[in-house]
Amino acid sequence: MTGKRIWPWLAVVLGGLYFLLPLAGMVDFSMRMKRGQYSFEAYRIVLADPQFQQTFGYSVMLALLTIVLGILLVVPTAYFVRLKLPGLRPIIEFITLLPLVIPPIVIVFGYIRIYNTSSVLPLTGTWLGTNLLLLFGYATLALPYMYRSVDTGLRTIDIASLTEAAQSLGAGWARILAVVILPNVFVSVLSGAFLTFAIVIGEYVFAALLNVNSFGPYMVWMGGNRAYEPSALAVVAFAITWACMGLIQLVTRFSRFSTVRR
Amino acid sequence: MTTSAAILPAALRPRHHLSWLGVAPFFLFATLFLILPTLNIVIGAFRNPQGQVTLDNLGKLLSPSIRSAFWISFELSLLTAALGCLFGFLIAAAITLGDLPRWLRNGILTFSGVASNFAGVPLAFAFIATLGRLGFVTMLLRNWFGINLYGSGFSIVSFLGLALTYLYFQIPLMVLIITPALEGLRREWREAAESLGATGAQYWQLVALPVLWPSLLGTLALLFANAFGAVATAIALTGSSLSIAPIVLFAQIRGDVLNDPHLGYAIAFGMILLTAIANGIYILLRMRAERWVK
Repeated sequence: MTGKRIWPWLAVVLGGLYFLLPLAGMVDFSMRMKRGQYSFEAYRIVLADPQFQQTFGYSVMLALLTIVLGILLVVPTAYFVRLKLPGLRPIIEFITLLPLVIPPIVIVFGYIRIYNTSSVLPLTGTWLGTNLLLLFGYATLALPYMYRSVDTGLRTIDIASLTEAAQSLGAGWARILAVVILPNVFVSVLSGAFLTFAIVIGEYVFAALLNVNSFGPYMVWMGGNRAYEPSALAVVAFAITWACMGLIQLVTRFSRFSTVRR
Repeated sequence: MTTSAAILPAALRPRHHLSWLGVAPFFLFATLFLILPTLNIVIGAFRNPQGQVTLDNLGKLLSPSIRSAFWISFELSLLTAALGCLFGFLIAAAITLGDLPRWLRNGILTFSGVASNFAGVPLAFAFIATLGRLGFVTMLLRNWFGINLYGSGFSIVSFLGLALTYLYFQIPLMVLIITPALEGLRREWREAAESLGATGAQYWQLVALPVLWPSLLGTLALLFANAFGAVATAIALTGSSLSIAPIVLFAQIRGDVLNDPHLGYAIAFGMILLTAIANGIYILLRMRAERWVK
């Protein structure tokens, strides 16, 4: 029997070593900037770097806009498909799976070919167009996560009754979606939103190929030109990923709590 | 507007076209920013610059440099998918069947959620800080154990280094996907097998693995596609010194190398083909797996 007990611990300890050593290495390296002592010098330099502030702020802004666009695209669609157009469900599910199947680098390559300066819709020609294209690209990458989480949320509420109740009180469709449906699936929307945030914040390929100086390309530039700062950036990025996943767990626990109470 | 409940369903019906309006933005968006761009690439792969249909572009994929890039990508994706499945399975088995404390199990699942999303540039930095020339583990091995990692030919900027890095998101993904499948193995099956005199090995060979194999094989395909499409990790780790398919495509798009967009189309088409096949296998096997695990 004791032989049976040892292998799970062995698997977990070896796995733990593999997964914790790079984290330890990253933290250790990020603090070795000053010779012979541990310090937060690399963090101080990174945080004070105007390039960091600018690219990081830009990526945060873009991530938030991606979430808003994702909600606007996905919530009405998932709602109408559940309520009125169930026949469309397989098609919509297939489309929302595509961004996981087609490598992102291929999607952005398509953007560059279709929306270049010599095309009908020359989005890459202007500053605004390029940023919009990046936003649309990120919303595309976020589709699978946003759709799945919103659809799961809609499954738990009785949208037909809610809709009829709101209509009998004289609400129009926009009002029903914004005031009745969205608050009811808000917790599910949030978990999709945090996942989207974690994906968008350090994204590199889209931004680099569209020549946008966001946080991802900034990190790669630092990686090629500095020694200790990249590790500090990696620690920051890891903390953001942790925070997003932690928040997802928190809101799902909260939602379970509120369903039980209802 | 006062509508009595009795006539409400009738009032709903004429508005049916409104629900089409509700899904229209989604379809417009998906067409413009997902389907058309992909179609453009696929069609471009079969056209020459004059717009005629041709197979020449795909033929160029067979040139030695492109073929070797695809081959390295294929090997890298298959190796990390296989090892990711193996180690992920062992960890998932440990936390579902191994009588480990509950906090450890929950901790590992949460960490897997984080690590499977901790890909890209920061992950590459973490591995450079760990196994790079002056990395944490490199120095540890040299100072404490007298092992000179780089003297023995290892480098983080290599196939092996890239594989070690990819496993950091492959293993947790496997843990997340296979844990529910392992939880679906019913205790009664094991008890029934044991009461019929089966050994542990026989139970795994004759009961558990036949139930699990669609999940296992499906996840292998998913991990393969996951590794094949990963670009940022590879670029941040190796620059462009290791020629794998996504990096070659990246360089093509940037115009760093000979600027032939139609060769780019063909490489992109090759990538779509491989990831689509892998994902197709995953979806088919997943449907099979769900017949058993309910």
